[in-house]
Amino acid sequence: MSIETKTDVDKLHGAKVIEQIKAAGVKYILSVPDLHTSSGLLRPIANDGEFEHIRVCKEDECLGVAAGLTYGNLRSLMLVQYTGFLYAMNAIRGVAIEQKLPICMMIGMLGKEPGVPPTQSRRFGLRIIEPILDVMGITRTCIESDADVHRIAPAIDEAWRLSRPTAILIGGRPE
Amino acid sequence: MMNRKQALEMLAGRITDQIVVSTYSTASEWIEIMDRDLNYFSAGAMGLASSHGLGLALACPERRVIVLDGDGSLLMNLGTLVTIGKVAPRNLTHLVFRNGTYEANGGHPTPGPEADFEGHARAAGITRAFTARTVAEFEERLDYVLNEDGPVFGCVAVEQGPLGPRSYKDMYKAERRAALRAVLSA
Repeated sequence: MSIETKTDVDKLHGAKVIEQIKAAGVKYILSVPDLHTSSGLLRPIANDGEFEHIRVCKEDECLGVAAGLTYGNLRSLMLVQYTGFLYAMNAIRGVAIEQKLPICMMIGMLGKEPGVPPTQSRRFGLRIIEPILDVMGITRTCIESDADVHRIAPAIDEAWRLSRPTAILIGGRPE
Repeated sequence: MMNRKQALEMLAGRITDQIVVSTYSTASEWIEIMDRDLNYFSAGAMGLASSHGLGLALACPERRVIVLDGDGSLLMNLGTLVTIGKVAPRNLTHLVFRNGTYEANGGHPTPGPEADFEGHARAAGITRAFTARTVAEFEERLDYVLNEDGPVFGCVAVEQGPLGPRSYKDMYKAERRAALRAVLSA
């Protein structure tokens, strides 16, 4: 029997992700709970007084709220599971892409096998995420471990600089 | 029963510096009555007008944001009432024009033409809620719509307006969004 163990190098610490979100100037977190990011990201964010946290009922609400917030130059981050991303597809098309808005989506890849690229996952729902983002012309950043987190703040900054949506895929499970 | 355009004209007569968010059929009537930079048209995804309004209300706390929603639209995003009830922005008014039909899509009835939206709003925690069924009732509520600490919710029962197709091209163009941003950042 083999036992898979995670080395420190493979780990993804939620605290480091949160540091990056703050470094990018994000004030509002718009969330629907995702088991993948539940304990490592969403709980600490919910308890962090530096964020304004809005729990929405369905993922597409995030698009409307985030769009409205841009009129005050307020940065938000939508924190959802990949299934919620799929649910909100029409709002992402109609609001984020066609209106060219800096909507930033952090997407939990629940069930993705550690170290396996999403397109090679055993799960159909995970395999289609990157191709869908490509077809929609949405840039993406894949975060598997702490070694990747430094890309989060620049991805959000770039979305705002170019006024376009971006997706940050959380592959590793934050702890 | 009220005609929606009548109600919108009454509201327009009292509008000053508020941001008005509208969608689909209501938007096309609003723009005929009051074309201005402080209009925001909820486009791209039906049902999200009030979510856009919530974001705007948080982004612009010094201004009243008035959402002109439709019942077909609201039914696609009923959870928004719970979200708004919880966030409770004081400067947000959400009006729903209830005509019982998907007017923009051929006039088919909604699944619940008599849905009690005021009841839904109250159950979601929006205690400042009303229903207006006549011109006089709506007129009586205008001060409340414009000035009451929100969130305020109003269901305005109206008859079905003209069926589509309507052109939304002009109201959804990027220049309008840019004009609103310019006013808000001035």
